[in-house]
Amino acid sequence: MSQVLIPELGEGIEKAVVACWHCKVGDQVYEEDDIVELVTDKATFNVSAGSKGVVKQILIPEGKEAQIGSVLAIIEAST
Amino acid sequence: MACEIEDLGLIDYTKAYAVQMDYVQKVRENGIQRLLLCEHPAVLTLGRMTKKENLLMSSGEILDQGVNIHNIDRGGDVTLHSPGQLVVYPIFDLTHYGKDLHAYLSKLEQVAIDLLKDFDIVATRFSGRTGAWVGGKKIVSIGVGVRKWISYHGLAVNVNTDLNLFKMIRPCGLNIQMTSIASLKGKNISMQQVKDLMIKNFIKSFQLHI
Repeated sequence: MSQVLIPELGEGIEKAVVACWHCKVGDQVYEEDDIVELVTDKATFNVSAGSKGVVKQILIPEGKEAQIGSVLAIIEAST
Repeated sequence: MACEIEDLGLIDYTKAYAVQMDYVQKVRENGIQRLLLCEHPAVLTLGRMTKKENLLMSSGEILDQGVNIHNIDRGGDVTLHSPGQLVVYPIFDLTHYGKDLHAYLSKLEQVAIDLLKDFDIVATRFSGRTGAWVGGKKIVSIGVGVRKWISYHGLAVNVNTDLNLFKMIRPCGLNIQMTSIASLKGKNISMQQVKDLMIKNFIKSFQLHI
């Protein structure tokens, strides 16, 4: 299992809103795939899966705001 | 930082978006950043934070005026592009600039402020409202997207823009007035001159090697 976190986006940025998910639970994803788009006032930021696997859980729904470092999704490793 | 400059001229918004996405991939592959300059036929773009009430006409009325509407993946609310407005899309690797979205937005604002200074226009930041402002009116709009720390979208400077077109919207979701270099100087401005100065200021602020 690996966690996809909201990364550090810069000084003074403490939160981001989940704008849209590019995947759903059960999807196969690869390390480089952008799986979710975050938005913070004037910028959008796409977060990659970071590892190969199957999306096990999506923890923050679209439209919700969360702190930097929050877990966005859980990916179950696949071979 | 190595960078190539490309003037796309007057280009449809969706075509320019496709060009940006192509270069986002290329910058990842070869590390050569790209600065794209262009103008768009009249179009409204709705960023991720757009609220419907910020369109002051119905979609039908807007389309009847020959203005297209696109939902897009940048931050911010609604904005308008049209001929006479210089749009700049920096496809930059933000790992070279501290991986900091706010710092990047601030650098774009500084480029805009420096550009306007070249026209003897004193522009400032407006706390909490990204962009460049002159006497309470907005002259430069900024909204960016980032993928794997490569930037796309960018900034739009009103040069000879028809400001009446902004009456269709609350630009950036704000009850504000827009202005342009031409309206401040009382004459039309050479777009090529603005492009040349824009490039000069980008080279300086982002330490670009052309």
